[in-house]
Amino acid sequence: MSAPCDVVIVGASLAGLRAAEALREGGYAGRLTLVGDEPHAPYDRPPLSKQVLSGWVRPQETFLPRLHPIAGAWRLGVAASGLDTAAQRVDLADGTALDYDRLIIATGTRARPWPVEAEAGLGGMHLLRTLDHAAALTAALEAKPSRVLVVGAGFTGSEVASACRDRGIEVTVVEQGSTPLAAVLGPVVGGHAAILQRRAGVDLRCGVSVTSLFGDVQGRVRGARLSDGNVVEADVVVACLGAVRNTEWLAGSGVQAGPAGVPCDAACRALSADGAPTDDIFVCGDVSHFHHPLAGERRIALEHWGNAINQARVAAANLLRPGSATNATALPAFWSMQFGANFKSVGLPSHGEQVMIVQGALETGRFVAAYGRGGRIVGAIAVNQAQWLPFYEQQILAGAAFPPDWRVVDQPQGATPQPAGFPGATPGAAYAGA
Amino acid sequence: MRILVDLNKCQLYAQCCFLAPDVFKLEGEEVLVYHPAPDETMRERVLRAAAACPVLAIVVEPVGADSSP
Ligand SMILES: Cc1cc2nc3c(=O)[nH]c(=O)nc-3n(C[C@H](O)[C@H](O)[C@H](O)COP(=O)(O)OP(=O)(O)OC[C@H]3O[C@@H](n4cnc5c(N)ncnc54)[C@H](O)[C@@H]3O)c2cc1C
Ligand code: SF4
Repeated sequence: MSAPCDVVIVGASLAGLRAAEALREGGYAGRLTLVGDEPHAPYDRPPLSKQVLSGWVRPQETFLPRLHPIAGAWRLGVAASGLDTAAQRVDLADGTALDYDRLIIATGTRARPWPVEAEAGLGGMHLLRTLDHAAALTAALEAKPSRVLVVGAGFTGSEVASACRDRGIEVTVVEQGSTPLAAVLGPVVGGHAAILQRRAGVDLRCGVSVTSLFGDVQGRVRGARLSDGNVVEADVVVACLGAVRNTEWLAGSGVQAGPAGVPCDAACRALSADGAPTDDIFVCGDVSHFHHPLAGERRIALEHWGNAINQARVAAANLLRPGSATNATALPAFWSMQFGANFKSVGLPSHGEQVMIVQGALETGRFVAAYGRGGRIVGAIAVNQAQWLPFYEQQILAGAAFPPDWRVVDQPQGATPQPAGFPGATPGAAYAGA
Repeated sequence: MRILVDLNKCQLYAQCCFLAPDVFKLEGEEVLVYHPAPDETMRERVLRAAAACPVLAIVVEPVGADSSP
């Protein structure tokens, strides 16, 4: 195959930007075009549910630092609407098209919309994925609502609730799982998250779902009816129902794509219909669906900041020098901050069959939980114990035994493994997941 | 100026909080929050914080960086 001289990147956010920078850093001197359907330059999403909602940072202060000159063409505010892999052409929603000789797919995910359209259109309904969402929600919080209802206690929903309490706003959280964060960390650590929420004054309702929302004559939301028969009155509702992968534009293109994402191999190459990796199309970030040695046969999607950066580098390296990089060696990792606690994870907790508190104690709010599968440690989560995480990273990489036979300080007496209790979740699923 | 902290790397050593307290703050026991767009007048302090971070988690956009579009 000839050397690349016309690269198109679709998706101009974290993964797309870092891939573009890595291409230039790697010596790529040809044409480079970034296509993004949002009107904004690439910005960072994690602050949106934290520093921005708390009011310290304005939404437009989240633009990502630039690490390397891109010297590229930007097509912002226009979506890619189709892909023709035979013609090597991306069609854009404004009727124009871009030819490429290499393509990077970095279209990420969007917030799952409220499922009932009439209710989704009520005033006071919010989602949180984009800078514009964050601006709208921050303005709504500044107007001092009498109560905010957060639907879904994944990481995003929990962080929204935390920001509301920081502002002194009453908040109800409705979560259909048994605890907050149950889908990602399981009910044992989730139980601790529930304590944090209630201690901060959140009205937390678990094992319950919202059956309908109701509004007033002006079309503003007024509250929700719950599956247990209760009614919650709220003038702001934030739907934190997880994410939908932006793959529709790839339908019929010849590369595999669907609701689970865009499958790719460890070199971040997209797969053609027969399952063979393509040599001109790469995938990175939240939209990717890939094999990781920790997860065995199952493909995983990691909606994590660190994964977007890793895969961007791997995709760019392999685009320039085929076979030069692999995504298989990096361990998944993410963080979350809520209710004054720092959650840091490494490996794949949600792939665990068993969980065990290996340092500290749940009651003290400072602990490490390790997750095991098939006699090996596959993940760990540290709550207010960040400095211990690198140790567990080493244990996971080394395939250390679970239950652990190592000795560490502050090890609880008589701790035993318990069932991890994941409700059949996809490993590594939804940062935003509910 | 634009900065970010790689919070996967950050181990809450809090050196940055002492060197540039208006930009990096410790909340609760172990929660680091930072301002991603500090005023340009803070650059020197932020650079000192970035150099002091034991795990090099602080990324500072260089002056005159390509900020297109
Ligand atoms: C509120 C919030 C808080 C978060 N906090 C954390 C955290 O604390 N820790 C952590 O590890 N992770 C966190 N994350 C996750 C992290 O932000 C994501 O993993 C990261 O943004 C993924 O980057 P990406 O570039 O792959 O995808 P995205 O950021 O989703 O970017 C994809 C871009 O492509 C655009 N696009 C989509 N379709 C098209 C199309 N057809 N044509 C053109 N453009 C298109 C989208 O509009 C978007 O701009 C958080 C996410 C959110 C929303
Ligand atoms: S100095 Fe580095 S490790 Fe310490 S808190 Fe600041 S960013 Fe984190």
